Amino acid sequence: MKTINLISQMIIPFFILLAVAYGFVKKVRVYDCFVSGAKDALSVVLKIFPYLLAIFIAVKSFQASGAMDFAKGLFSGLFTALNIPIEVIAMAITKPLSGSASLAVFTDIVKTTGPESIASLISAVIMGSAETTFYVLAVYLGAVGIKRTRYLVSVCVLSDLVGIIIAIAVVKFLFSLR
Amino acid sequence: MNAIWFLLIVISVIFSVIDGRLELFTKSLFEGAKSAVEVSLFLLGIVALWLGITKIIEESGLIHRLSDLFRPAVSRLFKDIPQDHPAVTSITLNFLANVFGLGNAATPLGIKAMQDLQSLNKEAETVTFAMMLLIVINTASIQLVPFTVIGILSDFGSKNPAWIVSPTILATVLSAVFAVATLFVFRKFFK
Repeated sequence: MKTINLISQMIIPFFILLAVAYGFVKKVRVYDCFVSGAKDALSVVLKIFPYLLAIFIAVKSFQASGAMDFAKGLFSGLFTALNIPIEVIAMAITKPLSGSASLAVFTDIVKTTGPESIASLISAVIMGSAETTFYVLAVYLGAVGIKRTRYLVSVCVLSDLVGIIIAIAVVKFLFSLR
Repeated sequence: MNAIWFLLIVISVIFSVIDGRLELFTKSLFEGAKSAVEVSLFLLGIVALWLGITKIIEESGLIHRLSDLFRPAVSRLFKDIPQDHPAVTSITLNFLANVFGLGNAATPLGIKAMQDLQSLNKEAETVTFAMMLLIVINTASIQLVPFTVIGILSDFGSKNPAWIVSPTILATVLSAVFAVATLFVFRKFFK
């Protein structure tokens, strides 16, 4: 794990050095070139902004409306029957919607149930193995102005659902071996 | 997306009325607007940084040499991308940034990859299969070591926070394989 940490720390500085040094050798005016590339970011982010706005107000209002508590109630019977801690429900619903909110939910679960509890371990794996799907969709599709998404959203939502089931199953299995 | 957005808004309004949280609901709209601006400003910075760097590697021709290098790995999944196209490099860099948990590089490089793939797109407003593949792999979040999560676990006194590394890798690989397989199955049934 130390090696991976070291590689993670080295990869960006090394890549930037490679880009600039190779450019210099090939007689590219690296500074002017960097600036002209960076300038394009303005128009890209302007394109993304309305999509982000739409996603963020929908997600924030969903969280504020109390619909989350209702969903928790809805799934709690199922989770109890399967012997899965009910704290995981909030994690599973929040993770695809919001990065900062899921980090808060995760921290809260670790704080209240302890860092060795199965609820914390399942939430940790969901945090590491799932992504804030709707943010990625808004940013990636917004950046190039895609409107017709064909079957992409269905595949993403289905994969999120299965991904969470996999995360729960993997932790429950490995936890039972401990 | 239209159906999901519609459902989120309608469900939120209905629940706010039932739970008497209308004030919170209205407040959350403005909070959402505020965080959209904050996240966009943050994105502006890191996207500008990476578009600047990738412009240098385009201008110097390094991007084509890297594309040649990465092509064997990427072309197995992305069959429609022509030889030495810049998309091969931007997709590979995006994947590498994901694997090593470099979130601040992954998103801008993903945006760059989308732009490169868009240059191959014949219908500007319709998503291509290669784009869907890129997005699906990104939402599956392949990451070797979740440093943030391990940090929080050890902050709260976990004796062995690294325990979660192997289940995370296992779960993330399994769900990525499932997601990509589902995408290929969907392609068979929906044109």
